[in-house]
Amino acid sequence: MTHLSRRTLLKTGAAGAALGFGPAYLRLASAAEPIQVAGIHDASGGIDIYGRPMINSLTLAVEEINAAGGVLGRPIALKNYDPQSNMQLYTQYATEAATKQKASVVFGGIISASREAMRPTLRRFRTPYFYNMLYEGGVCDRNVFCMGSTPAQTLQKFTPFVMKRFNAKTIYVLAADYNYGQITTKWIRKFASENGGEVAQADFFPLDVNDFGPTIRKIQAAKPDMIMSVLVGAAHNSFYRQWVAAGMKDKIPMASTTFGIGNEQVLTSPDEHNGIVVSYAYFDGLKTPENEAFLKKYTARFGEKADAVTEASAMTYHAVNLWAAAAAEAGSVDRDKVILALESGLSFTGPAGKTTIDPRTHHDTLDTYIAEVRDRAYHVLESFPQQPPADTAAVCDLAANPTETKQFVIDVKS
Amino acid sequence: MDYALIVLLQLVVTIANLALISAGLAVIFGMMRIINMAHGEFLMLGGYAALVSHQAGLNLWLAIFVAAPVTVGLIGAVLERLVIRRLYGRMIDTMLATWGVSLALVGVVTVIFGNRVSGISPPLGSVPIGGYAIGLYELLTTGVTALLFLGGWYVLRRTAVGLIARGAMQNRDMAAELGVDPAKVYATTFVTGAAISGLAGALIAPITGVAPSIGAVYIAKAFITVISGGTAILTGALSASALLGSVNTAFSFVMTPVLGEVALLAAAVLLLRVLPQGITGRFFRRSL
Repeated sequence: MTHLSRRTLLKTGAAGAALGFGPAYLRLASAAEPIQVAGIHDASGGIDIYGRPMINSLTLAVEEINAAGGVLGRPIALKNYDPQSNMQLYTQYATEAATKQKASVVFGGIISASREAMRPTLRRFRTPYFYNMLYEGGVCDRNVFCMGSTPAQTLQKFTPFVMKRFNAKTIYVLAADYNYGQITTKWIRKFASENGGEVAQADFFPLDVNDFGPTIRKIQAAKPDMIMSVLVGAAHNSFYRQWVAAGMKDKIPMASTTFGIGNEQVLTSPDEHNGIVVSYAYFDGLKTPENEAFLKKYTARFGEKADAVTEASAMTYHAVNLWAAAAAEAGSVDRDKVILALESGLSFTGPAGKTTIDPRTHHDTLDTYIAEVRDRAYHVLESFPQQPPADTAAVCDLAANPTETKQFVIDVKS
Repeated sequence: MDYALIVLLQLVVTIANLALISAGLAVIFGMMRIINMAHGEFLMLGGYAALVSHQAGLNLWLAIFVAAPVTVGLIGAVLERLVIRRLYGRMIDTMLATWGVSLALVGVVTVIFGNRVSGISPPLGSVPIGGYAIGLYELLTTGVTALLFLGGWYVLRRTAVGLIARGAMQNRDMAAELGVDPAKVYATTFVTGAAISGLAGALIAPITGVAPSIGAVYIAKAFITVISGGTAILTGALSASALLGSVNTAFSFVMTPVLGEVALLAAAVLLLRVLPQGITGRFFRRSL
């Protein structure tokens, strides 16, 4: 109780006298100054399809914690910022959250560029940061916790699985032209060649391209055994539509590491998505008691028509709970104490199963799944429990180098 | 052989798409000298009009060919009355005003439909060409674009309405002396341009889906095409589409889709450097 700030003491006034006397303290402290928490996710613009379910989970997790008495007896005051899919606003809001709002923790960031826009700012202001989207791996920063799955956790099992399922030797990769697409493509190349196949060609697209005609003709000429889609965002969604329109749907099978993370299964028709195989650390079709309970609460809170829960959304829920557990264990929301508590190998079992923070990389050990999309739902084909973040662990050791702050581009040898 | 044919078809489809998204803008710019910054939003509104009326139970073809142009034409009529009419002859002011209109339209549509991509699957299936296939719907939009340009040419060249319209554009005062009401002609032209944009947006919607912000994807390409084309409405839009579409397709095939987009922009810059008045400022000068 010694680390309460002067302001808190003044505000709680007479409560100060009661400090340290058990239940009386808890009752009084619930009227204490709230803990500031920030969420920075795109609620509008081209990549809002990823942001909306994440914002829902963040809101739900905070409301639950508050209903249960808050963190350390203090309620959480959540402020949601909408950077509108604009990288400049990410930096601006991260600064605002850290300095003006004085947030104790920030949850947010969607595409890698948005994470990299916020990371240095939050590090400078010593505000712990949780990034909850699956991504290409390699971030090594003691101030950051990456909750989503990385290529070693999904692609390593996924690539051989789809190659076998579709009897495929040659893969044609379509990817968004920024670091997630570029790096993921390298991993696909590596895992394909390790399993006796190859990436025949890889095409990269700016995020606002929505005409895939020429590429579809090129694919028809190349005649690959399968397509791997790493396309991202609303504009790229039209690929699936144009693919069907060109009559290619049943001719070449498709796998993806991005289809569904923006709830594309709801936005496209069954004709367009049936049979696409994907891999993530979470599906809303998981039949675990934790997930069913979570989905019930989610639907009760946001209605039947709310955006379906994605991996990024489920991991946001895990992140908030992990941070709250760490603060409780540390007895403080102070950055260094919370980070130490998280590094003690803290884990949380929630909708996405058991996730444990790996102290060396600040990434998650998590369960991954492979599923097929059929009629707007995911049918799990295979599961791989407790996958370590092996790719990032190969380049990052925060225990040995706690001052490391960069994103390694993992040297992928194919 | 099959491959050559499919590449050729793709080229024609790309050119037609460019011409289609530029047509409405070309009419408004070519005849009225108004740079309509809300053009992308007209396309977007056309997409939503078709989508919503189809989901409400209207036949898909009626939704695309009737509901969309009529809806966007009506919206165009309202805007002409409230905004455009007051700003004739003030090009910069109309740009600013229509830009404001475009922001407002994006906002209103976002409030109504939410910021998400909606869509319908393209109908008609595909036609096989040897070992390849191309969507029948894409070929249909190409055909419709051709008809649209032919129809435009016929109206402007062969009908009394076209004669009056051309007359009012060429010399407003003289036309007024001869008993034509230029305000009426301008209003009709703007509404026609809006309706064509609505039809174009509806035709593209099944291929790309619609979102409130989708206008931004088209606006740059449409502008570049119309400006590169020059003052002649039909020939300008067509020749610029053919040139820029070919460059885009060629680079997309041989290099990468990213370079395809870059090449399109670079070609337009080069073109305007050499021909500041656009293609029809030098060639096909007496065309429409």
